[in-house]
Amino acid sequence: MRFILLMAWRDSRASRRRLVLYSLSVVLGIAALVSIGSFSANVSSAINREAKSLLGADLFVTAPAPLPAAVMDHLAAQGGEIAREQTFSSMMTFPAQGRLRLVQVHAVEGAFPFYGRFETDPPGAAQLLREGGDRVILEPTLLAQYGLRAGDRVRLGKTLFTIAGSLRKVPGESPGVAMMAPRAYIPMGSLAATGLAGAEALARYRAMVRLPEGADADALARTMKERFPLLRLSFETVGERKRNLGQAVAHLDGFLSLVGFVALVLGGIGVASALHAYIRDKIPTVAVLRCLGASARQSFSVYLAQGLALGFAGAFAGGALGVGVQRALPALFRGVLPIDVDFFVSWPALLRGTGAGVVICLLFSLLPLLSVRRIPPLAALRSAVGERAASAPDPWRLGIAAVIAASVAGFAVWQTGALSIGLGFAGMLGLGFLILAGLGSAVAWASRRFVPRGLPYVVRQGFGNLHRPNNRTVLLLLSLGLGTFLVLTLLLVRTTLLNEIRGADALGRPNLIFFDIQDDQIGPLEAVASSAGSPVGERAAIVTMKITSVRGVGVERLLKEKDMKIAAWALRREYRSTFRGRLSATEKVVEGAFTGRAAVADGPVPISVEEGLARDMQLRLGDEVDWDVQGLAVRTRVGSIRTVEWRRLEPNFFVVFPEGVLEGAPKTYLAALHADSAAQSGRVQRAVVDAFPNVTAIDLALVVETLDGIFSKVAFAIQFMALFTVATGLVVLAGAVLMGRHQRIRETVLLRTLGATRRQLALIQLVEYAVLGVQAAVVGAALAVAGNLLLARYVFHVTASSPLGQVAAAVAVVSALAVATGLAAGRGVLDHPPLEILRQET
Amino acid sequence: MLRVSRLTKTYATAAGPLTVLHEASFELGAGESIAVVGPSGSGKTTLLGLCAGLDRATGGSVELAGERLDALDEDSRARVRNASVGFVFQNFQLIPTLTALENVLVPLELRGERGCEPQARALLERVGLAARFDHYPVQLSGGEQQRVALARAFINAPKILFCDEPTGNLDGDTADSMVELIFGLNRERGTTLVLVTHNFELAGRCQRILRLRNGSVASDERTAPAA
Repeated sequence: MRFILLMAWRDSRASRRRLVLYSLSVVLGIAALVSIGSFSANVSSAINREAKSLLGADLFVTAPAPLPAAVMDHLAAQGGEIAREQTFSSMMTFPAQGRLRLVQVHAVEGAFPFYGRFETDPPGAAQLLREGGDRVILEPTLLAQYGLRAGDRVRLGKTLFTIAGSLRKVPGESPGVAMMAPRAYIPMGSLAATGLAGAEALARYRAMVRLPEGADADALARTMKERFPLLRLSFETVGERKRNLGQAVAHLDGFLSLVGFVALVLGGIGVASALHAYIRDKIPTVAVLRCLGASARQSFSVYLAQGLALGFAGAFAGGALGVGVQRALPALFRGVLPIDVDFFVSWPALLRGTGAGVVICLLFSLLPLLSVRRIPPLAALRSAVGERAASAPDPWRLGIAAVIAASVAGFAVWQTGALSIGLGFAGMLGLGFLILAGLGSAVAWASRRFVPRGLPYVVRQGFGNLHRPNNRTVLLLLSLGLGTFLVLTLLLVRTTLLNEIRGADALGRPNLIFFDIQDDQIGPLEAVASSAGSPVGERAAIVTMKITSVRGVGVERLLKEKDMKIAAWALRREYRSTFRGRLSATEKVVEGAFTGRAAVADGPVPISVEEGLARDMQLRLGDEVDWDVQGLAVRTRVGSIRTVEWRRLEPNFFVVFPEGVLEGAPKTYLAALHADSAAQSGRVQRAVVDAFPNVTAIDLALVVETLDGIFSKVAFAIQFMALFTVATGLVVLAGAVLMGRHQRIRETVLLRTLGATRRQLALIQLVEYAVLGVQAAVVGAALAVAGNLLLARYVFHVTASSPLGQVAAAVAVVSALAVATGLAAGRGVLDHPPLEILRQET
Repeated sequence: MLRVSRLTKTYATAAGPLTVLHEASFELGAGESIAVVGPSGSGKTTLLGLCAGLDRATGGSVELAGERLDALDEDSRARVRNASVGFVFQNFQLIPTLTALENVLVPLELRGERGCEPQARALLERVGLAARFDHYPVQLSGGEQQRVALARAFINAPKILFCDEPTGNLDGDTADSMVELIFGLNRERGTTLVLVTHNFELAGRCQRILRLRNGSVASDERTAPAA
């Protein structure tokens, strides 16, 4: 053992400069892991905090009756803070206008929102509400429709309230709430005097809870569900709200997983290329040790000790560099970051990065190290024997390769949290590896056979370098190709996701919706809206109906069944369904086929059911559902199941009927349009409501703005993490090319000694690196396009975008990088007298 | 000390099997010296490698210091080399990352021995490198490197010393002083010597000359007693 450690130390000590170069890749790889992982954690946390402000609290507990003391005590016992809210519908009187309007009253008490801000116009209105008194904050549509302003008075029940301002943004409200009726916020203390408390139907009582740091809101919700089963409590957590936000946040999570995986593999490439070159340099030393009586195990252990030391030192330095890079980011991006990202050291990311780095270092160093066992002492006499032995097939190497593959797959599964996706990541990487390794062998073979003798010497020499002993063809094609593959995949996935998120942004999307439009009003209303400057973008007929039976079993019987698995709400509710001949842009059929036209006479009507509803109702394709359409029985069957992007605030429906069935039923219409500004929105609302007083207008501009804020931040996070990882990847790739410096140094010096000019030497290297760079880039890019297609389809469930310009630019950049780094690596040789280097190399 | 019987080495090549050594046999007693000579490609280095246990023969046997090498696995042969064999190579084969003193110490440190530095220093002084203990190979001339290699070869008091063209990379004067050192140390320590060389003058200083031609032993002759 003493000899092993002594030898390992002495051997490393005398080649420090070279070791620093080798360890550069290890350090860069681990720094990439740590900084990307850590920054990823920062961005995740910023996005999570942003998501918290969507709810404004950690947990909402809601009930149709006042929350009993036992529930409040249980919540208080968690040690956080509680605010309360009571919501109900009531008529509001506008005395100056002599008008009445149904509003949704929110009586609030406490310091809610705990996260995010209650934004009002003017800004101080929320504070006035907290101070109590007969003050009200109203939905801006009400102010716009009735020409009201702060200081005017409105009546609720027996109390006259003074308008303190209008709502801009209230954390906690789901977008759908704003679509029911305009909101009016009053202090809880003023509620009793109105005489409305307790008398109203459909009231909702809610406790908004801020939990202590680290408490698990989802777990608390589960415990309370079990503890108070009869109270019909419903719970909402940040996690749930995030899920409801749609795909954007899930995409970010998926993307950050991909980034973590790419960082690890980039680190692995850095480590493997460094150690491979290092061990090849050590073959003569090992052979001498074997001649002097060292056993295979001893020689192996000497370099294993070095590999481990390199791993630990690299982990330490890489960890420190990673944290340093991460800490430097705020200075670099001050003023650019739209998210308020706190830069903290993420210890889990640091530990994971350095830990994974050491494990990767060990595993990847074992691969070349195993060849040390097979270097015969005879290599001291004949160097070619050492080369042959080092690259001879070895069952142990296959074993280690299998362990590496399993570790990478395991890490991918751990990182993505899904077996199939993780295995998919690893499988694609394995396929890329095999293709590039095969290409490497093919290039080496072809360069030996097919290079015409008539080519100039420098070109032949450049091609010759691809197959000669000590060539790095396979290694460089692997590291450059895999690096290109990973980095470009990341860039393409980023483009795919950004296109998806931007496709759903506010531009031209409806932000003003009119409800309760009668059959004969829809045409004239469209004319009024158009002449007011905002034509109706979409309209939908709404037919109300209830379910009478499912699969032949009546609703009442189903509700009485003890082990009924169908959600009761789905059976009891009044459905507002529509009919049309096509799917909307927010819908996608996942099962069955959408039918655009049908007739009752043809048998059960094929309907399309939203995926979530189908799940809650346990519906499958072909199941029959009977409806009561305002007194008329209609039998339907589930013809298709479709997903709906609810986050797009467009007219969406649980059930869509085909045309030809419901046209004769009593129906109302909904019209959606886009208003460019708040002033334009007010103008259109006034014009429509004046002409059709029964029509209700809902302004979604604020909701759309809030959601787009989140989406633009998610888009930024994806953009930034992609570019950060790409930059790191380029540095690691440059490191991998630099590692080859010592392989070519002696040959270059000899050529120079024999009279080769600097230009000739540069051309030889140019040919070699250009062939390698272009091929690695092209194959890596092809793999990336395939990877992006697969990820888009199976992981993100979106349409892939692979812009040709981006792919071509990546090919050009990687090729140029390979050539430039190759030439830069040779500069050291060209700048020194040949004798100086020859003496060093002997 | 060394018994070689019908030693054969065949390599598989793309053009079919290639026999580079064919049934070579000879014996060497303790303290004896033998020079292996022959044209390039005659199998000299192959024979040396097989005798020293650096490679496995295709046929025949080698008995070194009472051990049948062909019956031993690689690690056991390594133990035999460490215990009984010293090497001097044409291209010195010093470990570039170790100083002169550390290079000399390697064989003893491999055995786990401690406190051997005085012994190594004494040997380096004996070969005239008292001022070069802490120099790396790259800081030494060819002759100096070969003298370090010689000191390393003798540090484990080998029973047999294998030299492969020990003066092949040295100029005349340096080569002469190297030869004096090899034979001087050999005499002092009673070491058996196997020397592969192209240099007939050098070969003539050994007690026997083994000539190889096309992989076979062409002759095994005694030389005139050394001066």
